[in-house]
Amino acid sequence: MAGSNPNAKPMNLTLKVWRQPNRQTEGQIVDYKVNDISPDMSFLEMLDVLNEDLLRKGQDPVAFDHDCREGICGSCDLFINGRSHGPEKGTTTCQLHMRKFSDGDTITIEPWRANAFPVNKDLSVDRSAFDRIIQAGGYVSVNTGGTPDGNEIPIPKEISDRAFEAATCIGCGACVAACKNASAMLFVSAKVSQLALLPQGQVERETRVENMVAQMDIEGFGACTNIGSCAAECPVGISLENIAILNREFLTAKATSNHLA
Amino acid sequence: MNWFTKTFTSSIGRKIIMSLTGLFLCTFLVVHLVGNLQLFKHDDGVAFNTYSHFMGTNPVIRTIEWGLVLGFGFHIYEALMLTRRNKGARSHGYTQWEAKQNSEWTSRNMGILGSIILVFLIVHLYNFFWRARFGTIDPDINHNDDLYSLVVSSFHQWWYVILYVAAQASLGYHLWHGFRSGFQTLGLNHRKYMPLIKNFGYAFAVIVSAGFASMPLYFLLFTNEKGALVSSAPAVLHQLVLAFN
Repeated sequence: MAGSNPNAKPMNLTLKVWRQPNRQTEGQIVDYKVNDISPDMSFLEMLDVLNEDLLRKGQDPVAFDHDCREGICGSCDLFINGRSHGPEKGTTTCQLHMRKFSDGDTITIEPWRANAFPVNKDLSVDRSAFDRIIQAGGYVSVNTGGTPDGNEIPIPKEISDRAFEAATCIGCGACVAACKNASAMLFVSAKVSQLALLPQGQVERETRVENMVAQMDIEGFGACTNIGSCAAECPVGISLENIAILNREFLTAKATSNHLA
Repeated sequence: MNWFTKTFTSSIGRKIIMSLTGLFLCTFLVVHLVGNLQLFKHDDGVAFNTYSHFMGTNPVIRTIEWGLVLGFGFHIYEALMLTRRNKGARSHGYTQWEAKQNSEWTSRNMGILGSIILVFLIVHLYNFFWRARFGTIDPDINHNDDLYSLVVSSFHQWWYVILYVAAQASLGYHLWHGFRSGFQTLGLNHRKYMPLIKNFGYAFAVIVSAGFASMPLYFLLFTNEKGALVSSAPAVLHQLVLAFN
């Protein structure tokens, strides 16, 4: 395996894992031992090992969210040792490797905690609140008809770069999980500023921010107190500047839009 | 609800009121600090009492005073509403929570710091403002209320000085986060000028809290019961008094 260290010693770990059978039943932390974990494994592969052990013993495997395992889909969502996606900066859980831990470590694994993200089972949470916020305004209108020419709409390089920075948000929810207030403002701000910066986003610019913020409040997320935990824990480095853009967009829309209700 | 109430009861709307009132209260701190520097004037409180008389009787100041009451009122009210919302957003906490790895202590404890400041404010208003406005205070040689003597005698009670210094430390930490945070909430965060706002806010927090804290400490440590510098005070203070009087 490229980059693997043949001398790396396998690790034995103690896991404290949140187990919860379903939404209605209160869960608890359960201790598990996993042995012979390669430092080259990803965190999710380590959980695969745990689940194979549990299946062999005839026990219920631990449910957790994952999809691409390449750090781009935003599915994986574990709160590891008190932090979103674990101790390493700028990393999703699937890209966190066991070499960041040491033999004999105890690792606490919990689901994202927010009332807007109810626990489905064990470590898997329902993040459809984010989908509903996107449905409220995180889109652009396009004309049907012939295919437009590429690069038909001029966009300055620096604007396109800033929009792209915001667009890197993978919607994993680490910001909500890390925030003391379980606020979704870093997520919403990334989506709002990405589209507000681009010419394609101008048509719905005012309704977008008004509707997305309203939906964010309906979902029961907290309000930002500018602590900065979200940006510090964000696996793709979305900055707090986006929240300032969100606030600006919101104020401007409220002051200038024609929505009187 | 119409658009106006909808705007200012939304999460961002409440934050905007927090930031506007907070920054307004910062301007009050500057005025209050600069005015109170007259306590250091070695004139048996004549300048300070004249200033206090003006602040207590001038109709413009008395009108702005209501703005100050509203500023505090809305700042506290919105803090309570936002805290209730934010506590309600996560009713099931984590077993392990390492927030200290990703954020500053002061930014996570604005409510506690604000509560300490509120307790101080109540004691402070009762001791000085209430007595000056509604009580009777002996006049000084100019027939102004001798608030100066009340200040000096209050600042010779060690427990009172401790309360003041602790409250000013809380204020300093509150401003450390609050100043920058106010601009962020108003959307004024840009890579061009955010470093300036941040550093100005840090300096503001230190200067304001240290400035206010220096007053009780000065009277407790370096003056007698009449406010005159004691001979054991550091030589530099004696020289400063000579230089400025």
